[in-house]
Amino acid sequence: MNLHEYQARALLKGAGIPVPDGEVARTPEQAYEIAKRLGGRTVIKAQVHAGGRGKAGGVKLAKDAKEAKAKAGEIIGMTIKGLRVNQVLVVPAADIASESYVGVIVDRASQRPVLMVSPAGGVDIEEVAAKTPEKIFRTAVDPRYGLLAHQAMALGFKLYRDVGLVRQAAAIMQQLYRAFWQAGASLVEINPLITTPDGKVVALDAKLVVDDNELERHPEIAALRDSTAEAPAEVTARDAGLSYIKLEGNVGCCVNGAGLAMATMDLVKYYGGEPANFLDIGGSSNPQKVVSALKIITADPNVKSILFNIFGGITRCDDVANGIVTATKQLKLDRPVVIRLTGTNEALAVKILEEAGFSALTDMDDAVRRAVERATEAA
Amino acid sequence: MSIFIDRGTKLVVQGITGRDGSFHAKQMLEYGTAVVAGVTPGKGGQKFEGKVPVFDTVADAVAATGANTSVIYVPSRFATDAVYEAADAGITLIVCITEGLPVLDMTRAVPYVRERGARLIGPNCPGAISPGQSKVGIIPGKICREGEIGVVSRSGTLTYEIIHQLTQHGLGQSSCIGIGGDPIIGTNFIDCLDAFQADPATEAIVMIGEIGGTDEQNAAEYVKQHVTKPVVGFIAGQTAPPGRRMGHAGAIISGSSGTAAEKMAALDAAGIGVMKRPADVVPLLKERLGRA
Repeated sequence: MNLHEYQARALLKGAGIPVPDGEVARTPEQAYEIAKRLGGRTVIKAQVHAGGRGKAGGVKLAKDAKEAKAKAGEIIGMTIKGLRVNQVLVVPAADIASESYVGVIVDRASQRPVLMVSPAGGVDIEEVAAKTPEKIFRTAVDPRYGLLAHQAMALGFKLYRDVGLVRQAAAIMQQLYRAFWQAGASLVEINPLITTPDGKVVALDAKLVVDDNELERHPEIAALRDSTAEAPAEVTARDAGLSYIKLEGNVGCCVNGAGLAMATMDLVKYYGGEPANFLDIGGSSNPQKVVSALKIITADPNVKSILFNIFGGITRCDDVANGIVTATKQLKLDRPVVIRLTGTNEALAVKILEEAGFSALTDMDDAVRRAVERATEAA
Repeated sequence: MSIFIDRGTKLVVQGITGRDGSFHAKQMLEYGTAVVAGVTPGKGGQKFEGKVPVFDTVADAVAATGANTSVIYVPSRFATDAVYEAADAGITLIVCITEGLPVLDMTRAVPYVRERGARLIGPNCPGAISPGQSKVGIIPGKICREGEIGVVSRSGTLTYEIIHQLTQHGLGQSSCIGIGGDPIIGTNFIDCLDAFQADPATEAIVMIGEIGGTDEQNAAEYVKQHVTKPVVGFIAGQTAPPGRRMGHAGAIISGSSGTAAEKMAALDAAGIGVMKRPADVVPLLKERLGRA
């Protein structure tokens, strides 16, 4: 789960990290009031779950409260990477002497949390990693002991020469690591971590991604979820217990299991089509899930044909067949459906489908080829 | 022969009285797995299906039955502790089927298990099967048959699809291991490749990977150096967009790293036969085994 910047900075502030003042506004008038309270120049930042906000025009400088109101009016309501901006963060414009990057990730290779720093801050860290990897420094942390003081100091010396600044940065890194661990995060970043002309180290931006599997034990973080900032179809899918990602193609895919779902999408492409989505209906099938899945797929106007690919191991093919029949009674299915089922209770499923006027295939390649043909015919 | 599980596997089922645990415990018993015990705290003294003794703790189960392997079906909020409990009880192979375990939990649990000389498979995995000998987990027994192909995979149903194709064309399996789709797992491709290379019953290996991380690339490098048996591989997620988690917690392309193209190139460079689609598995294996 992604947190908004204003939520992440509140969490870091709570962990003791120096973060400038600032408040979130949902209207230009609120932005005006906040800017007036802060005084002087402010920065208005779109709160949206998408990278590249600056380039998209979602971050603007305002010289006074009146201009803050105008800029907030421009940003609120704009769309960045398909997501509508509903709120902005208003912060004082900072005097910046230097910018660096500090982050914690879970590193799959070492199977440990890794603290990453770079003196090349304020830009996309992926870009730094690709172009100048020698400017990124990493330390793997033993999760039993956390980030040790000397490890943090050594990383601090990669950022600054002045020991005063290094000590401040090291303290921030230890606080950041603790915040990362306590929140059950999979990623936390401060980019940029700045120094001010008067020698202070301050976190100017904050990004925090929480492991979805931690939300059960962190209800206070789960409560921060802003469903209005996510793609509506993906919210609907999550509420129905489905895993769904919208893509740009025209073959709607409904599959059990994530690996098979990906392989099905790949096969659609192999046969010259384009998948409209990733959708995993999960292991334990219940007909209602199939109904929800069909609703989500058919709501996408790009979809020209619908492909079911079910391998019945734990999932019972007859459950899926019942779901398809139930769904077609509830929804007016105006697009061709191609069904492939094999495995547990396959014969029963075929009977249920045939009685309802569908035909079912048992071979994955046959089904995918046919679904691509149907989509091409309809396009 | 086989890897990790065989006729000597004596299994304790953690969470045997739960919905998933009881369903799969029955399936494993039917398959012929030596299910010697179950564990559910507070239900010690009961019998599962009238014959399998249930204990309050794994330690009690091990002391009474000599169980050497455990399989975990307990709900996710108890599953990390179930892993620790099995390791502390002296279990040497722990298979965690449960999904939804926090990744940070695994940064502590994986080394904990390893330091006690045990192996963890999973979490969030379908488990393992050595056809005709033992099944630990949820891989459907009837799609498998005894034979000489070793299968290792990060996926569930995609693995069943591939096993099904092998079986239909007369290629049986020595063992099939589902290592799980999470970012941090106890047993990786290299562990399985190493075991299959050493297993006299295995003649060729199928590895099924997916986008995210560098496990497949590392495995390819390992194959080049250490594996003399034929290996074929598939990578799921060629059409996956970057930055999106494709169902499995570990299936995500970060920036430009972890793509299917990059992994397929690594497999190819290591001399591994790269499948373009699941249906290629049989012809490719037969070609590599000289049975075309």
